[in-house]
Amino acid sequence: MPAKTPNRTLRIPALARVEGEGGMFIRTRDGRVTDVELRIFEPPRFFEAFLRGRRYTEPPDITARICGICPVAYQMSACLAIESACGVTVDGPLHDLRRLLYCGEWIESHALHVYLLHAPDFLGYQSAIEMARDHRPDVERGLQLKKVGNDILGLLGGRAIHPVNVRVGGFYRVPARAELEPLAERLRWARDAAVATVRWVAGFDFPDLEPDYEFVALRSDDCYPILEGRLGSNLGLDIAVDEFEEHVVEEQVPHSTALHARLRDRGPYLTGPLARFNLNFAQLSPLALELSREVGLEPPVRNPFRSIVVRAVELVYACDEALRLIAEYEMPARASVAVTPRAGTGCGCTEAPRGILYHRYRLDENGTITHARIVPPTSQNQATIEADLRAFVEARLDLPAALLTRQCEQAIRNYDPCISCATHFLTLEQA
Amino acid sequence: MARGRAKLAVWKFASCDGCQLTLLDCEDELLAIAGAVDIASFPEASRAHVAGPYDLSLVEGSVTTPEDVERVQAVRKASRYLVTIGACASAGGIQALRNFASVQEFLAVVYARPDYISTLERSTPIAAHVPVDFELRGCPIDKGQLVEVLSAFLIGRRPNIPTYSVCFECKRRQNVCVMVAAGTPCLGPVTQAGCGALCPSYCRGCYGCFGPADTTNAPALSGWLQGTGVSRPDLVRAFRTFNAGADAFREESERDAG
Repeated sequence: MPAKTPNRTLRIPALARVEGEGGMFIRTRDGRVTDVELRIFEPPRFFEAFLRGRRYTEPPDITARICGICPVAYQMSACLAIESACGVTVDGPLHDLRRLLYCGEWIESHALHVYLLHAPDFLGYQSAIEMARDHRPDVERGLQLKKVGNDILGLLGGRAIHPVNVRVGGFYRVPARAELEPLAERLRWARDAAVATVRWVAGFDFPDLEPDYEFVALRSDDCYPILEGRLGSNLGLDIAVDEFEEHVVEEQVPHSTALHARLRDRGPYLTGPLARFNLNFAQLSPLALELSREVGLEPPVRNPFRSIVVRAVELVYACDEALRLIAEYEMPARASVAVTPRAGTGCGCTEAPRGILYHRYRLDENGTITHARIVPPTSQNQATIEADLRAFVEARLDLPAALLTRQCEQAIRNYDPCISCATHFLTLEQA
Repeated sequence: MARGRAKLAVWKFASCDGCQLTLLDCEDELLAIAGAVDIASFPEASRAHVAGPYDLSLVEGSVTTPEDVERVQAVRKASRYLVTIGACASAGGIQALRNFASVQEFLAVVYARPDYISTLERSTPIAAHVPVDFELRGCPIDKGQLVEVLSAFLIGRRPNIPTYSVCFECKRRQNVCVMVAAGTPCLGPVTQAGCGALCPSYCRGCYGCFGPADTTNAPALSGWLQGTGVSRPDLVRAFRTFNAGADAFREESERDAG
């Protein structure tokens, strides 16, 4: 008869190499996990509350400040939501420029996560700086790749963090073709670096874990979605963005300042690179597809530890896509389309680096915001992260506590959690 | 500073993480910085944590919880020099908008169970709690200014950070004044330089993310803007964004404009 498994408590008071403040608490009893808490103690900043009474033109600048790592995602979801409320569609070259700006953010954020936050787990280092002692060319490649993402943000947005050039209706200033040329040069280097990234991370060891997720992402027949399409899942969800709140419910739990989201009558779901990849594989660029197949990555990818490889494939895609957008760019006659406020409600949802980011605003006839709701990707993934930890720990109760705790940290980082983002949401629906 | 490599720590309070990310955005300098200083505690970048005392602490974020009131004292005690980075740490950040409202009402708007949440009535800058050796402005801070401040403290000299207004940078870039030429409202005349006059360079007015310049005359700017048709509520909102808690902007937003 096997020895009785001792009861364990695994605790991480403060998670490192994530954005924001969170911890982990797991307790086991008689070989079962009894408690799993991803503890989020990041103090709330009340964005939804103070957006009330602001002008319809302000959310792109204000909501950018929710997250220093993915401000463009906030700006884009905010713009789409407000434009929708005002009955305006921004398309053509202005939409393409938004997509190009967003590619910059994907490159910056994914390179940061792959190289500085996640890879040290796989190779056994405390940080990328420590990792650089033995893997300096890899770390330097990652930093330069990240920099190319920031170069796109800098040129189109004015700066990498909290870009100033985004407005409801488009941009304040659009670049001439010639301004984009030097970017294309650097992006060609970055694409090669991204290809090298895929091959590098594909050689890591991936712990076993293959849950049956419901993957939720934007879906489009025309492109690998970033700020277009409907919301879909591998289990038949197929809804317009403005139906999001009919299908997703959020609840408050005592151990988190971020709400837990789940699909009504179905439970937790996963959003982010794995979901995008699995639902939109055929829309990847030919090079990204070829690389995926070369490293044996084809949908459905259900091992969350392999998200690092998926992020690397998305790096290739984002470089390819940015190059395509630059090659086809024609400077629009105007930097923005006029958006006249009207009373109404609008929703917007885009693919932030970490998954779907949903905004809804209600405006009065003067363009004053009367209600705002923001659902960030990390708050949607919280319940799934906890489910992963439960399954992961139950299968490894015989491991030493220090090793198991460290692997749990790695499992949390699979989601690139952005806790600063997650701590902002709204539950009460005013009539 | 200290003999051998100086010990650096990075701390986070209520914030978006963007200012500490600025350190990781020094892609060309990061490995050199890591060679020149001992990055002893920087949770966003490393699991490793070396106990204090630290030669230099960079502090991001504002104080918004009872726990953080205590924590900021501990940070100060452990630090030879304490430098705040960004608008949250230096002025209370956008979350200081609660200072003009009822935080209980904000809580009820955002959370179904406000009783689970521990928060203070006001969002305050680090200097409201402990002495601060230098405040680096910006929402977010500028990368070049961050490297300048790091270098200055490591060498033991004053950081060379100008406190004049954005207008100086704008003229140096040879921008056409957006306010004079296009009638675009601009906070450049009362906002501290440091961004490189970004917004006017992108054909929009400055929105004040570096906070008030050293000697400002905000009422005069308000009067001028009102003369061009900007309403008082629009002016109040303009001064109440990322540096709403900075004295010159707060006073102007609260002034009885009669």
